[in-house]
Amino acid sequence: MTAQFASQYSSEYENNVSLLPGQSLDWLKSLRTEAFESFSSTGFPSLREEEWRYTNVSAIEKKLFSPQAIADSATVDKDWLAEFILDDCLTVVLVNGQLSSELSSLEGLSEQVTVQSMAQALEQQPETVKKYLAQAVSNDEHSFVAFNTAWFTDGLFVHIPAKVILDKPIQLLHVVSQSECLSTTRHLLIADEMSEAKVIETFVGVDQAYLSAAVTEVFVGKNAELSLFKLQAEGDKAYHFGGTYVKQERDSRFKHHNFAFGGLLARNDIHTDLDVASECDLNGLSLGIKRQHIDNHTRINHLQPHAISRELYKGVFNQRARGVFQGLVFVAEDAQKTDSEMNNRNLLLSADAEVDTKPQLEIYADDVKCAHGVTVGQLDEKSIFYLQSRCVDEETARNMLTFAFANEMVDKVQLKSLHDILLKQLLKRFPQSGVDKDWL
Amino acid sequence: MFPRAAWERIMDAPASHDASASKIAFPRSAWERDTTINQETKMLKIENLHVSVGDKPILKGLNLEINAGEVHAIMGPNGAGKSTLSHVLSGKPGYNITEGKVTYMGEDLLDMDPEIRSREGVFLAFQYPVEIPGVSNIYLLKAALNSIRKHNGLDEVDAMDFLTMVKDKIKLLEMDEKFLYRAVNEGFSGGEKKRNEILQAAILEPKLCILDETDSGLDIDALKIVAEGVNSLRAAERSFLMITHYQRLLDYIKPDIVHVLADGQIVKSGGPELALELEAKGYQWVEGQAA
Repeated sequence: MTAQFASQYSSEYENNVSLLPGQSLDWLKSLRTEAFESFSSTGFPSLREEEWRYTNVSAIEKKLFSPQAIADSATVDKDWLAEFILDDCLTVVLVNGQLSSELSSLEGLSEQVTVQSMAQALEQQPETVKKYLAQAVSNDEHSFVAFNTAWFTDGLFVHIPAKVILDKPIQLLHVVSQSECLSTTRHLLIADEMSEAKVIETFVGVDQAYLSAAVTEVFVGKNAELSLFKLQAEGDKAYHFGGTYVKQERDSRFKHHNFAFGGLLARNDIHTDLDVASECDLNGLSLGIKRQHIDNHTRINHLQPHAISRELYKGVFNQRARGVFQGLVFVAEDAQKTDSEMNNRNLLLSADAEVDTKPQLEIYADDVKCAHGVTVGQLDEKSIFYLQSRCVDEETARNMLTFAFANEMVDKVQLKSLHDILLKQLLKRFPQSGVDKDWL
Repeated sequence: MFPRAAWERIMDAPASHDASASKIAFPRSAWERDTTINQETKMLKIENLHVSVGDKPILKGLNLEINAGEVHAIMGPNGAGKSTLSHVLSGKPGYNITEGKVTYMGEDLLDMDPEIRSREGVFLAFQYPVEIPGVSNIYLLKAALNSIRKHNGLDEVDAMDFLTMVKDKIKLLEMDEKFLYRAVNEGFSGGEKKRNEILQAAILEPKLCILDETDSGLDIDALKIVAEGVNSLRAAERSFLMITHYQRLLDYIKPDIVHVLADGQIVKSGGPELALELEAKGYQWVEGQAA
């Protein structure tokens, strides 16, 4: 990080720090200060770091992104936004990193469930926030996390008490409406023992450069089940850094569906810690076109026995797009009877598209079942000929096969409104002329 | 495109002759035997076909004529060029046609893209049907049928009519309706894949049906079902080219003409009895003749 860049962010931080929520809380102030110092000392990650060797973020340093103090809903094109609102969910909208009560609707939310902005939660129940904030991830994870902790302007606090089954999913819609904007959000999702919930994180924005950095910490209690969906459909020139850090208690289930479609440069980290007999199911689909760079990092920590993990990440890359996948399954010495499968499948549609993939197993227990697989390839010429021999022209055959490859991940989403949006976003990036959508 | 229109013209021809009180007496039976048509346009005419893969010649001057309604069997030892022939006819890339020509319904077949050939009625039942994950059988069938209809200037098939038709045909091949909603050939057994190929033929109603080793790897029960499916497709205006290594298939699908392919050429042609003779004497018999 250049000195000029560091000092820019230092003065920017000093100018804005008083506007950040939770200033009256000493523990938070010191957490933020520590985080900012940690960030300042290292800057954004460099290619020299193993976890970042395929993803160069130096472009961000050439710009200065600034946070906004208030949610300016007037700057949002409502018709455009409506396309991303899931009509069968409760929707909370964050504009440029601030919760907009005008655009949000929590009507019909069960009284037992708490859904509030992070700023509000810090005022009303600081002790609860303190119990969870920065507990699933620490500032030294990487400097974007530290950056997020230092800067977060708002976020969502969701608490589902024990045995409550959330009847309507909660959508968390992040919108960036202005160029050069810095949107830094921090969310806490807490699902207590035996509860069940579905949460959808959606990221959209204008087609101008902006920086979106979101960290979500998730706590899944004993025998609870949380499904978390992420649709990242940021604007074409956006930088997106997302982290999802999960703590799973025994017998819990965590299902994640990660759709990384947008942004010029997008990075996702998903980490989960598995307690006894808990399960995680990580699904991912990256679609890269033009010059997009899409990086997914996952880490599954089997810390206790009998836990099950399943992971399937797929990527489709065309033109000059580049995909990165690094997936680590860590099995601790105590984690006997671990059952783990990790797969990464990539489809390259052009000679200039590129994928760097690195699945890793790190196993310290001796009675485990762990498998991993990777493929990077092009469309199968035999399949194309087979379809042609069944009257389908070559272009349609290619479209059908590409679509079928990606659609496997979209099809796993049962939530209809989200499924429809995903399909639309997929078809927007990989037009499927000749493919009959009514019959899909 | 020519062929379909040609068919309609030809099939309508007797009526129009009658209507104009033509002096030419046209015995109905002659039409049914297609002899008149085929004097002008054979269903398939292969002349002196030479095909190489890389620098290696596989077909070395193959000649073959198939009239409408006929069932031809091509038998031959491994490596004789049987599959190459089926691939070249269906337009699979990777083959160099160095000499010769192939005419299908009077048109240059080799000049057509694979999808045009299939839309014009050339159907290849694959020796090794390809698995297409994520594309359901029903979807492929509908896409294929609509491509043919579009090619012939017709509207898309009505969804309900289509389902009724497909469910009707699937019974013929003793397949479960669940097959329709499974991905094409994915996880199918060998017999299921071959049945699926014949189901596709039954729905697409080709004019020239090439069966590439459709009997290989099938047990006798599966073979009977597949053969019954094929037999039900036999029609005056539809021809078959069966490529097989084993004579057994011909017990169930009776050919009109049997050819023996050895070292890239047809070395012997005859009636169904040739297959039996071949089985008795072995392929060495004809290979000796070729040399």
